[in-house]
Amino acid sequence: MRQDSLLSILNLRTRFRIYEGVVTAVDGVSLDVFRGETLGVVGESGCGKSVTALSILRLLASPPAEIQGEILFDGKNLLSMSLDEIRQIRGNSISMIFQEPMTSLNPVLTIGEQISEAIKLHQGVTRQEAWSKAVEMLRIVQIPSPDIRAREYPHKLSGGMRQRAMIAMALSCHPRLLLADEPTTALDVTIQAQIVELMERLKEEIRTSIVLITHNLGLIAEMAKRVVVMYMGKVVEEALVEDLFLEPLHPYTHGLLESIPWIGRKMKTGRKQLQEIPGMVPSLLEIPEGCRFHPRCSRLIDICRKEEPPLVQKDGRRVLCWLWK
Amino acid sequence: MFQYILKRLLSTLPVLLGISLLLFFMLRMLPGDPAQVLAGQMASQEDIKNIRQQLGLDKPIFVQYGIFLSRLAKLDLGRSARTQNPVIKEVWARLPNTMLLAVAAITLACLFGIPAGIISAVRPYTWIDYLFTSMALFGISMPVFWLGLMLVVIFSIILQWLPAGGTGSWKHIVLPSFTLAAFVVAFITRITRASMIETLSQDYTTTARSKGLKERVVIIKHALKNALIPIITVVGLQFGLLLGGAVLTETVFAWPGLGRLIVDSILARDYPVIQGTILIFGLLYILVNLVVDLLYAYIDPRIRYA
Ligand SMILES: Nc1ncnc2c1ncn2[C@@H]1O[C@H](COP(=O)(O)OP(=O)(O)OP(=O)(O)O)[C@@H](O)[C@H]1O
Ligand code: SF4
Ligand SMILES: [Mg+2]
Repeated sequence: MRQDSLLSILNLRTRFRIYEGVVTAVDGVSLDVFRGETLGVVGESGCGKSVTALSILRLLASPPAEIQGEILFDGKNLLSMSLDEIRQIRGNSISMIFQEPMTSLNPVLTIGEQISEAIKLHQGVTRQEAWSKAVEMLRIVQIPSPDIRAREYPHKLSGGMRQRAMIAMALSCHPRLLLADEPTTALDVTIQAQIVELMERLKEEIRTSIVLITHNLGLIAEMAKRVVVMYMGKVVEEALVEDLFLEPLHPYTHGLLESIPWIGRKMKTGRKQLQEIPGMVPSLLEIPEGCRFHPRCSRLIDICRKEEPPLVQKDGRRVLCWLWK
Repeated sequence: MFQYILKRLLSTLPVLLGISLLLFFMLRMLPGDPAQVLAGQMASQEDIKNIRQQLGLDKPIFVQYGIFLSRLAKLDLGRSARTQNPVIKEVWARLPNTMLLAVAAITLACLFGIPAGIISAVRPYTWIDYLFTSMALFGISMPVFWLGLMLVVIFSIILQWLPAGGTGSWKHIVLPSFTLAAFVVAFITRITRASMIETLSQDYTTTARSKGLKERVVIIKHALKNALIPIITVVGLQFGLLLGGAVLTETVFAWPGLGRLIVDSILARDYPVIQGTILIFGLLYILVNLVVDLLYAYIDPRIRYA
């Protein structure tokens, strides 16, 4: 753990005991989030991004979830806290935005009620004060006529407006860490851009650190400074965003970058066909031996099939691959 | 809103008409002659003929139905063949008793069923879940009259705590409402459990937890409020079952309500009273469903009636 680290995840392992067996959704993840920075987390669907975020706030039902490791927030281990202590942190110093603005707001409570209940809880203010703070938050996230909107139910708002309301809710207690799990995925492209702009601006104002979870590398490029790439529950690469884009070390990262269209890349590398990563993500119930990416890797060497690769430190970057040993 | 209610009430008319038609002809297919029953075993052919004329039973059945309908249009349900009192008076005298019993039973059933369902949903597949599930099953699998009789044996005859039947004090309602509640509590427990399990796994429940709310607040304010729609639907439907169950319960406990009135009238082949009472049952059922639909709009802001 470094000095300026706000959140430090050490060897996080989250398992689900399900009927078919034990699924290790997060398998020994370690990462740091520094104060004031935006850390991007990318990876294909099912690689454990959401489970990592939910593990931080201990929002997974247990059973079936089992969490091991250490999650240090401001030096205190969230995983060994009592439920009451973790509740003090949820929505207060760490809050979360979810992917689906359609389903993550409660349909039978007004927007204002849903925002103000957290304010009332954590700031010990009266109902009325909490309500006016909620309206103020709606104004900050640029929802038109916020005092009227506060009295309305979520179904009256469009997807983009709901996500703004979610952001208002998440930021209402000025969290020091915001876990944003695919905050724009469910939205139209134009709305996405607005939400990104909003988050950028609020991040400066509130000076919060952000963990930005997405499979949208464009969003990472826009918002994050550092990025962590996950594959099947493991961090396979970590680097500064520009380093990662210029020179991906891990074959999986390479594949991810090849699979998206890049404005501007044409000029640098010439027109190139979009490449897909071959094969499918194997089931977590049948993790391949050796490097778990080897069935899909185009650069594998003999040892990849037999032994798990080590985590290699290289120029302040991390990569989980035999090639860099 | 008012218009909606009016529309709904008007749309019940065809239903009531359907009930009356079915009922009218089915009753007349029953074996037994009302005139004969009324006149008694010793009556002469002449007497029976007179009574039949008096009751209008000598006319063709379609004519009889026509007369019945034209009276009904004037809100006249006719007179009891047995007591000569207007049917409406007979029904009116017993309606409060039945309503009291039904409301007491459904309240009891909700007071047990909803908390039991919530606890089961919060701790599914634990001993407490199984306990509530088996209690509910026990309630539903016992015949109403048998449970009633057993309760009478235990609490009235052996322990002598509560009266075995009749009305008068709050003590009289305990056993019949308990019997009736046992009959419907299973449905309420099951639906509460199922819909709470559903709402507890929704995204908005995770959002609520992520705000740091106490689990109690998450369960009651965020999950239960969303689960209420299916719950009150079932409660409304159970109300219909309760009215049916009331027939048996009222008979076992000599409870002077509509259920017993129906039984007595069927035994006496008192067609007007049977018809009138069942129509009132139908109307009650429809009204309860209307109230349920109006409650939907109250609970769920997405539902609005125009
Ligand atoms: N409650 C659960 N019970 C069992 N398995 C689960 C549970 N929640 C998640 N998983 C499994 O954990 C793995 C990681 O899921 P996770 O939701 O973290 O993926 P993700 O990276 O967020 O994907 P996406 O991009 O689709 O959101 C998946 O294989 C999923 O099936
Ligand atoms: S360890 Fe081997 S198989 Fe795995 S990513 Fe590196 S080269 Fe490919
Ligand atoms: Mg996810």
